[in-house]
Formats: sequence, C-alpha cells, structure tokens
Amino acid sequence: MNGAKAIVKSLEREGVTHIFGYPGATIAPLYDQLAHSEIRHILVRHEQHAGHAASGFARISGRPGVCMVTSGPGATNLITALATAYMDSVPLVAITGQVYSHLLGRDVFQEADITGSAEPFTKYSYLVKNTADLPSIIKEAFYIASTGRQGPVLIDIPVDVQLAEREFVFPDEVSIRGYDPTGAGEVKQIQQILQELKSAKAPLICAGGGIFTAKAQVAFSKFVQETNIPVVTTLMGLGVLPTDHPLNMGQVGMHGKSTANDAIGEADVLILMGARVSDRAVLLPDKVKRRTKIIHIDIDPAEIGKNLDTTFSVVGDMGEVLAQLLAMKPPRTADAWVARLTEMKKTRRNDYADRAKGVNPKAFVYEMSIALPDSYIYCADVGQNQLWSAGNIDIRERGRFLTTGGMGTMGYSIPAAIGAKIAAPERFTIAVCGDGSFQMSLMELATLVQHDIDVKIVVMVNGKLGLVREIQTEQYGDNQIAVDLSGSPDPVKIAEAYGIPAKRVRNQKETIAEIQAITQRKGPYLLAVEVDSWEPTLSTNG
Amino acid sequence: MQHTIAALVENKSGVLSRISGLFARRGFNIDSLAVGPTEDPSISRITIIVNGDNYIAEQVIKQLNKLIDVIKVSSLTEIETTRRELVLVKVKADEKKRSEIIDIAKIMDCNIVDVSHTTLMLEFVNRPERVDLLIDLLQKYQILEIARTGTIALQKGSKSI
Repeated sequence: MNGAKAIVKSLEREGVTHIFGYPGATIAPLYDQLAHSEIRHILVRHEQHAGHAASGFARISGRPGVCMVTSGPGATNLITALATAYMDSVPLVAITGQVYSHLLGRDVFQEADITGSAEPFTKYSYLVKNTADLPSIIKEAFYIASTGRQGPVLIDIPVDVQLAEREFVFPDEVSIRGYDPTGAGEVKQIQQILQELKSAKAPLICAGGGIFTAKAQVAFSKFVQETNIPVVTTLMGLGVLPTDHPLNMGQVGMHGKSTANDAIGEADVLILMGARVSDRAVLLPDKVKRRTKIIHIDIDPAEIGKNLDTTFSVVGDMGEVLAQLLAMKPPRTADAWVARLTEMKKTRRNDYADRAKGVNPKAFVYEMSIALPDSYIYCADVGQNQLWSAGNIDIRERGRFLTTGGMGTMGYSIPAAIGAKIAAPERFTIAVCGDGSFQMSLMELATLVQHDIDVKIVVMVNGKLGLVREIQTEQYGDNQIAVDLSGSPDPVKIAEAYGIPAKRVRNQKETIAEIQAITQRKGPYLLAVEVDSWEPTLSTNG
Repeated sequence: MQHTIAALVENKSGVLSRISGLFARRGFNIDSLAVGPTEDPSISRITIIVNGDNYIAEQVIKQLNKLIDVIKVSSLTEIETTRRELVLVKVKADEKKRSEIIDIAKIMDCNIVDVSHTTLMLEFVNRPERVDLLIDLLQKYQILEIARTGTIALQKGSKSI
C-alpha cells in the first residue's frame, strides 16, 4: 500500500476517531486515502483552529488530538496552535504535508521548514524520509505526545513519501532509548512529604493543570478530603475541586482570589502539585515567605527549581504520586487552619451589583455557570473575558474549564469548544469570548454549522480590546491607542448570516431569561452580552 | 564559572540543531561545543562547556535531558576528568624568527606540521589552559590563523557517563 494509506491505517490502529484539518496540494494523497476510512474529518476554516480544536478534543477525551494541514502557509498557520498546546502540555499529533523530498531546500511553491520553525513549540518532530518508517513514526508520535509531560508532536511528510508503495508493518511497541517518562515518585521523597505534613501547622496545596493531564482528579480530591489540607489552584488547575468545596480557597496569582493569595502568605508548607509557577501566578513567588517550606511535585524535572526555589521535590506522574501518598496514610490537618481561611473566604465577596450601563460580566458568568448542567465544558478565550470567567465561574464536580493558560492565545475558545464537543457530544459546551477574540475565530461558525456541532457562544461586547485598554489606563496614563474596535460587525448578524440563531442582551434583567434559553436550546446559539468598556478586571476578587 | 557537560545523543540529522536551538532560546552561554561519533555508530557524544552559575548548569542538564534525542547527560567535575583540545596555529615565521618559534614548539611539546618560507604551522593537543598558554606565547609573533576545536572530555578511571 502507499504511504498515505499506511498513515491512515496507523492512525486507525492508534484509535484515532477524528481529525481536524484543512487540505492542500502536498497533503492530497493523505486526504485521498482518508476518504476510505472510518475516521471522521472535521474541516475547519483556518489551520490554526485545526490545532486548537484538536487541543479541545485532547483535553476532554484524554487522548492525543490529531490535526492535519498542508505544507507552507498551512503548516506555518498551525504554529500558534502548536505553541499554545506546548505551553499547556496538551497532547497533539500534527501531520503536515511537505513538498517532494528531492525539492526540499529549493524554496519551491509552498515549501516551509516546518520542523525547524516549530522546533521550540513541539515536544518532538519528524521529517519523514522513508515510507517504510511511517507506521513506527506514527506509533512513536502518539507515545511521545501522550506520556511524560504531554505535548504536541509534529510529523512532516513529503508528497513522494505519501505516494511511495511499501509493505505495511505496524510495530507492536515503542522503545526510544533517550525517552523514559517517569511514573511513580521516589519512595524516600514521598515519605519526606508525610514527615513535613506531620509537623506542619498550616499546609497548603497549590494545584495546577498537571492533575488534569494525569487524569488524577479523583485521587486528588480523595487526598484533599483525607488530609483536610486547603487548596489553591492556578488558572490551569481551576476545577480540580468544585468551586464550592470547603477546602477550595480559589485561584492564586495576579488575577486570583485574595483569600488564595493570603493563604499562600500564611502557609508554612506549600505543596505544588502539577503546577509550574508561571509568572502569571507571580504573586506566588513574591508572597511565599522565606520560612515557607516548598515541596514541588511535577512530572517534568526541568520545571523543578526553574521559577521557584524548592525545599525538596518529587518527580512523578501526579496520579501515581497521589496513590503513593494515600497508601501511606497521610496525617490530617487540624481544623483551626482551615477554619481561619474559611472565615476569610466568607467575608470576601465578588461585586455582582447591577451596572448602570450594560451587563455586569462577573455576575453574568456566575449566574450562567450556576444554570448550566453540572458536566458542562466552558471554554474561555483570552482578555477580560478570560479573567471574568476564571474569577466568577462556578465549577461542579464534573465540570471542566478550558482556556489557554500559558500562551494566552486569542481565538482559542470557539475552536477548542468544537473539539471538546466532538470528544464529548453529550456534554453541554460553551465558548465565552470577547468581541476582539470572537473576530479572530468567527469563521469557525461555518464549521459548527457544517458539522452540526452544538456549541453555544457568548460574546462579551464592549467595543474595545478591554484588557489592553486596562493596561493603557493603569500604566500608560490612559493613553488609549489601537484598542478601539469600531467597525466591528454585529455578532448577532454575523451568527444569523451563518444560519445560527443569536440574541443580544443589554442589561442584567434581560440576561436572566437568556441564561435559561441558552441552557435549554438545541444546536448552536450565540449570545452577545453588552458590557461597559470601563468595566475592570483588576479590581479585587473575593 | 565553567561547567563541562557531556551528552550522548542519537547520531541523526537535526539533533545538533535541536541542541543549539535550545541553548539560544533559553539564553545559555556556551563557550565551546564539540561533537563526534562514539564506539557505537548510532550515538554521538557532545561535550559542552557552559559558562554560568550552578542554576544555569542545572538548567542546561535538565533541558538537555528533556530532548528525546538525548540519551544521557552528565556534568563532569574538573578533577576526575581528562580534558583536551586540538589547535592548529599558523604563525608568521621569517628566517630570523623561525628558530625562536621552534624553541617554543619544543618547550610546549607541540608538532610543527607545515613550513613555508614565511610561515610555520603548529599542531598542539592539550588541556584548554595549555592551549591558551601556547597561543599567548605565539602572540608575540604574528598569528595568521587559528583553528581550534572545542574541549572534549572523558572521566578518568573506569567510570563512564
């Protein structure tokens, strides 16, 4: 069989059910063969969104998301999505077409060195030279993407490699001598954690996205329950515990909850679990006192000691380490410490008052999240909408909050929601974006309609690039430049042009009925929510 | 402070570019880098001399370890390591100066590998500091060209990385 068929067969063997992509000349042989496969292809409207959709799919299904695009601009358009997935440790397998091998390096039509240009943003990449290597490379790619610290793997395949005929031999297993992802943590270090917990008066866990990638939510909540240790989360860790869990003190960092940040300042032992202490959690390193003992548990040894000095560390898979900890019967923290934080949390409330102009976006996010089915998937974009969402969303046990934490890539929410919905068609899925980020991905409304994907969309409309406006107001003497979005189309009319029903709400009163409608409707729906352009994010969160 | 880091890597195309790219984007300052095949033709050995504090050295090792094509990484301490560099120096040497330069070559125990009416080429294999010393001694004469390899290093005794 030819290389293209071998690729499709290998993808089938790896259990691939969906591919997000955009065709072109150099990937044509693969598309030609895909037509005969059970694998469903979702045609997006921009290559970047193929990557984001694969990311949403991966984060919900727990399996690598697959995307494929053509060479040259198709491949370079994908880079932002690869970088976004790389920063948030999302497993992707990206397949790019490439010009004929004998023309490589001659700058022919639609040639781009994609393995070279995507190198900083991929966990690994292949430029395939021999058709016979395709099955083993694909198997390896899935293995690398989905083990250890997960991430995107790129496979660049010249047209002639796709066309050449070879016997198909699929390997049974993968062995890469330079790659041995860690599983369990060192027993001695695990014992040391227990030792520290025994003498700790005010221990605190800072939970990150690593708990989701390790699929360790259940073990985590069991550990928290048994040890009675309060929890703060990073943006990526949002939802590891339900928002109203008595031990959940909220999100840390610049845009976090004051209780969470104060808890960090008062803790005597801080355990970082699957969190890399990025600069957006910057308050963390600042708030941590010298005397605070810091224990870092992460799957990636390179994250330990990179951003924060640690007292000691455990390298391992979060699920396995939690199982090890639980097996050793960890001590229970005294109620006094939890009670003190709970008291603090009670006295601090978010500002949900009605606004004179427009909708209070914080109240809107809260009210809407309460009304959504418990197992909802909420995809927040980037900008003020992300911070209002993160700060006010109510997440229950089965709910998921997806956003781009590391890269902060505008336009992520709609394609990610498409991928997430395809991974879990039974779950209510909503994308929340601003009018800036909406215009970076609105072409995907066509994808929703074409493939009949039931994703709801909320666009917070304030006519500005609100978060940049805030920076200009706070730090540049309110010198507002290039943040005015005048000339933008009406999102309601845009939706209608795609055949998607839509509505606009202008004040708090109107939102109540619309929130009900959004939860009950079948099929794609868009709600434009008018927000005053002066509405801040950087005010205190309770 | 200089750190000597040795790595065994897959001997295939693109590996060196992955490693040098990593150094550039993480802002690591590399003094020298030497690559060559090993007793196993599928493995290359890279010796890196990196300048920085212990944090940098640790980061270099951790980040190298993350690369799939890197099989093993080790930091080599100065005392237990034999380090070598090879240098070729072309010096201007007319009849008047030639014997002086030959004297230096003798004292330093280095070979004269090429001679012309106006030049001498010296070949020297030694520890990096000795190579520096030779170059310093030859500065007095006019050095026309230098080709110097990066440092390579192996642990003394039966130890290996």
